[in-house]
Amino acid sequence: MTERKLRVMVAKPGLDGHDRGARVLARCFRDAGYEVIYTGCHQTPAQIAASAIQEDVDVVGLSCLSGAHRYLFPQVVKLLQEKGAGDITVIGGGIIPEQDFQKLYDAGIKAIFVPGATLDSIVRWINTNVKPVERT
Amino acid sequence: MYFAKEVLSQSGELRRKWEDEVRKMVSKVPDQKERWSTVSDLEIKRLYSPEDIKDTDFTGDIGYPGQFPFLRGNQATGYRGRYWTFRMFSGMGSAEDTNKRWHMLLKEGQTGLSTAFDFPTLMGYDTDSPKARGECGKCGVAIDTLEDFLQLVDGIPMDKVTTSMTINPPASVLWAMYCAAAEIKGIPLTQIGGTIQNDMLKEFIAQKTFMCPPEPSVKIVSDTVEFGTQYVPKWNTISISGYHIREAGSTAVQELAFTLRDGMEYVEDVINRKGLKVDEFAPRFSFFFNSHVDFFEEICKMRAARRIWAKVMRDRYNAKDPRSWWMRFHTQTAGCSLTAQQPYNNVVRTAIQALAAVLGGTQSLHTNSLDEVMCLPSDSAVQIALRTQQIIAEETGAANTIDPLGGSYFIEALTNEMEEQAWDYINKIDEMGGMVAAIEKGFPQLEISDAAYKFQRQIDANEKIMVGVNKYVTDEEIPIPLLEIDDKVEEDQIARLTAVRRKRDNKAVKKSLDDIKNACKKGENVMPHCIEAVKNLASVQEVCDVYREVYGEYRDPGLY
Amino acid sequence: MGIDKKIKAGDVRTASRLIRDIEDSIPEAKLTIKSIFPLTGKAQVVGITGSPGVGKSTLVDGLIEASRNKEKTVGVLAVDPTSPFTGGATLGDRIRMQRHSEDPGVFIRSLATRGSLGGLSKAVGDAIHVMDAMGKDIVFVETVGTGQQEVEIIHYAHTVLVVLVPGMGDEIQAIKAGIMEIADIFVVNKSHREGSSKLQRELMAMLDMSPLAPGDWRPPVITIGNSFKPDDFEKDVEKLSASILGHYEHLVRSNLIGDRLRRKTIHELNEALRSSILEPVLRVLVSTGELDRMVEKLLNKESDPCSLAEEIAEKYLQGCV
Repeated sequence: MTERKLRVMVAKPGLDGHDRGARVLARCFRDAGYEVIYTGCHQTPAQIAASAIQEDVDVVGLSCLSGAHRYLFPQVVKLLQEKGAGDITVIGGGIIPEQDFQKLYDAGIKAIFVPGATLDSIVRWINTNVKPVERT
Repeated sequence: MYFAKEVLSQSGELRRKWEDEVRKMVSKVPDQKERWSTVSDLEIKRLYSPEDIKDTDFTGDIGYPGQFPFLRGNQATGYRGRYWTFRMFSGMGSAEDTNKRWHMLLKEGQTGLSTAFDFPTLMGYDTDSPKARGECGKCGVAIDTLEDFLQLVDGIPMDKVTTSMTINPPASVLWAMYCAAAEIKGIPLTQIGGTIQNDMLKEFIAQKTFMCPPEPSVKIVSDTVEFGTQYVPKWNTISISGYHIREAGSTAVQELAFTLRDGMEYVEDVINRKGLKVDEFAPRFSFFFNSHVDFFEEICKMRAARRIWAKVMRDRYNAKDPRSWWMRFHTQTAGCSLTAQQPYNNVVRTAIQALAAVLGGTQSLHTNSLDEVMCLPSDSAVQIALRTQQIIAEETGAANTIDPLGGSYFIEALTNEMEEQAWDYINKIDEMGGMVAAIEKGFPQLEISDAAYKFQRQIDANEKIMVGVNKYVTDEEIPIPLLEIDDKVEEDQIARLTAVRRKRDNKAVKKSLDDIKNACKKGENVMPHCIEAVKNLASVQEVCDVYREVYGEYRDPGLY
Repeated sequence: MGIDKKIKAGDVRTASRLIRDIEDSIPEAKLTIKSIFPLTGKAQVVGITGSPGVGKSTLVDGLIEASRNKEKTVGVLAVDPTSPFTGGATLGDRIRMQRHSEDPGVFIRSLATRGSLGGLSKAVGDAIHVMDAMGKDIVFVETVGTGQQEVEIIHYAHTVLVVLVPGMGDEIQAIKAGIMEIADIFVVNKSHREGSSKLQRELMAMLDMSPLAPGDWRPPVITIGNSFKPDDFEKDVEKLSASILGHYEHLVRSNLIGDRLRRKTIHELNEALRSSILEPVLRVLVSTGELDRMVEKLLNKESDPCSLAEEIAEKYLQGCV
């Protein structure tokens, strides 16, 4: 089986423009050997879902520091599922209180990384848990 | 020559003895690490002594408080006349909730107000915009129309308390609401005091709440400066900000240099575009710095900032009024230094950062709450943060004497070094054609990206430590009470907005929006028309859409 | 529905995965490309090349808008370099085109070079076929931007844009590098900057001295102003868009489409032959350790590269050489 390169998208849904974490993560993913697409700030969930499909990514990493993750993160998962791309892994990070974790997991977010998570821990999680899905 | 020759020669002798001793000891007990540096990675020596500042000119470089170049402080009396303003940044959910929090803070001894808006408001969208879904009230107060604003300031003595508003692209609109609210309460504009952040350049560099491209954004800023100069003389129309530049990952020197260079860009624009004389408006320029966790680096940064700005204003812009030479600033302790792990540690960090700001001579201070890495601050957390300032003021003696660290070999040497490095950046940006040109080239953005990445790598490699994160890590979770903003706030706010739109005179709204449009097209001052529009209950987005229509929307080149 | 039918129907997900299969050298992908090949040949392929920082992505973003205003469907292949150290890549062009991400008439796909030189990825040729087969009217291919090596693009594009910016030292470098010869259209971007008139004059002078391309096409020099002034920028980009379409019409009128197609086909065939003949041989040499032994011989000066290669050729191409 040919070894596939992992394709990862880093995205900032909503109006929050604090993108230090997202930009650092994008560079880190490149250093980890992934092909990374960072879609920038101020993206709607619909833009993120459409881009993820166009780019055939394996993982979408969402970053939100404004507290609007409760609506935005599940919305991205929902749109991907509606467009038949539910196999794309969605993970999230940012200012997310622990009391919100379960609702996000229930909505289909596979992992949440809060401030303090090392870049290596995120890469390790992806390497362990994400394999490009083969489709016929 | 700062020291007499004998002192330097004596110091040289003693230093050599000391260096020998160090060599002997280090060979037996090596240093814990090879390189000792600030959080910005500026290398620090083991010891500072007279030689490090031997070329200092006492009068020209250090001097006295209240005297050029104001290294030791803008005013002769220091904090004895008045402590720095205890000004806690706050805003949450609805205007009503925020008003309650404001009254609580004033009751607990806060001396100035500071407004945090939610993201839709910050970006110039109404709560019912599809872009605003899920964002209402989550990180600040939701304001759509003057009705919300009047509720926000309900019971607030606007002629006695100054209010800062952290707002950028829609600053003209929110300030118009403040002015309109004052007029409705019968308070003349000459009596209201406060600040609007209104610093668009740092948005393009760091905070990224932007709307229109740089050039028209700067034009609107100049409109507010001109309006304030004429009609609202106690108002600080810009708070030229370094806080966000630092939060985005810059070093302390970059924060210093980019902020001051932004200030210079605004000075030049107002002079060129509005034809005002520098002394007419410069006294009302204010600044906003970060107070990060490296104690001494922050104190030196603030001292260097005062000295650089004084020189810039007097020598480059020929300001004659000493008040134009003053760099007055607000400080906020560093949000990015706080950790979600072991959150009570954040109380300690904030306290040390606050002390640094006081020793740096800040005019006004916000202290972060321990839970802000996770959500908006709870009542109890914000009280601790406020008490931190009050303890510093009343118990520690930090306010007893002016610029307590002045004259320290280390402090003066580090201040000099930071100033020198900042000038390098300022000159480089000058060569590029100014800050707008540098932004176009992506220069400050990439410097910040590089610094942010380097720092994260240092953390991951344990070269820099964050206690609780990569050293002294514990497994146990400490549950702390967290504030939650109910999703119902959005529903209610949309209902309010809909009701306002129905009851207002929509013809009058349309006319005032058209007036704003014409002012934009003709290059006239938009402020009087903004005030008119908000009085007619035009919404934040409705006015901002006019700006978007005339000037176009900014498309971020997305450099990272 | 078979993959080829899905591609013809414009299914983005399938198309993107097919491109990925090509990038990852999945054998079945080649079969699919063969089956969609008959559907290709209708799109205008436009190559955009120029040094890093000249503003290619912002231009492409503007050209997408201009094309959509003319109701043309658009494909974009944006190529960025793979890091030789980590094997990863930041595909950073898309970020400037995001306002089109939801437009069903626009398909933007980022690719990494994965070690290919020449500013493109090996998969680009087939990726163009995929977008062509989907029915895209125009396909923009944005190269990496190392500038001087990027003549590869002429093998894939009908129309090549060379983008320059005043004050970047481009003027002299580009003239020396030969990249000037591949341009069908010159773009002076950020023309509000100092040095713009000088650059334009230099370009004109050089064009005056060069022989005309087949069919008497004289590459126009189009200036684009400050992208921070959206209205003016849009007008300038519209001029560029019209010129691009004009070039294609010129090719059609002068019966040169066939020439371009021939040039492209020769290149593709060469690549395919290289792939089918050289790569399997290289794979065997690597896996049997023969390549390492050859390297040792060379390091010990026991032979020279040409002689060793001739030995291999004789071994594997018995009777052909």
